[in-house]
Amino acid sequence: MPEAAKTVDAKGQSCPMPVLMTAKGIKEIASGEIMLVEATDNGARSDIPAWASQTGNELVESDEADGVMRFYIRKK
Amino acid sequence: MSADDLDTPDSMTIIAWSGDLDKLWPTFILASTGAASGMDVTVFFTFWGLFPLVKDDVRITGYDAMTKALAGMNAPGFKKAKLSKLNMGGSGAWMMRKVAEKNKLLPPEDLFDICKEMNVNLWPCQMTMDLLGIKPEQMVEGLGEPVGAATALQKMAKSDINLFI
Repeated sequence: MPEAAKTVDAKGQSCPMPVLMTAKGIKEIASGEIMLVEATDNGARSDIPAWASQTGNELVESDEADGVMRFYIRKK
Repeated sequence: MSADDLDTPDSMTIIAWSGDLDKLWPTFILASTGAASGMDVTVFFTFWGLFPLVKDDVRITGYDAMTKALAGMNAPGFKKAKLSKLNMGGSGAWMMRKVAEKNKLLPPEDLFDICKEMNVNLWPCQMTMDLLGIKPEQMVEGLGEPVGAATALQKMAKSDINLFI
């Protein structure tokens, strides 16, 4: 797993909160650093990658275990 | 917006025509998510879409019997917004809010506040305000200056996404 400079816990949150929390969190890390986003909302499975693509931040890695999705995003 | 095209952000304009609870939700979900995705987002509130922006403690708006009656049928404020179908005297809206709360979906008034924090342009329609007798001081804080159709269209002409909700 990549080393994360920050973790956003969006578990239990519903659309659109995981994306809004991700957008807020990315402002708090430096360019090139990695942020981990954890979510349980089914919409996040496609929404976090879509947000990353839209904003130009890189989705480095993602996985899913025990109902929790984890997205590693490198700030552009 | 592609990564190499960041100096020209995508933009979205939503015409918020309806004041219905189940339409306020998509309006503010899309607006906040657009802003979170780096878009320049504008919401133009017109006709019934203006009533949710009236402060909760303003009981009635309008300048004569008919405009007051219209306001009475469209109770001001987010909290009194009705469902577009199966409102059932307000119990449908109440149930919808309960279901949303249970599923951790924020109510539209909270999403609206997030939109304000994210600098979404919130433009009331000047003509509808005059038509229905809604005064600027009766409306919630944080809105832009009231504008007309030409200003809304100018924004829409430059927007990548235009929605009528």
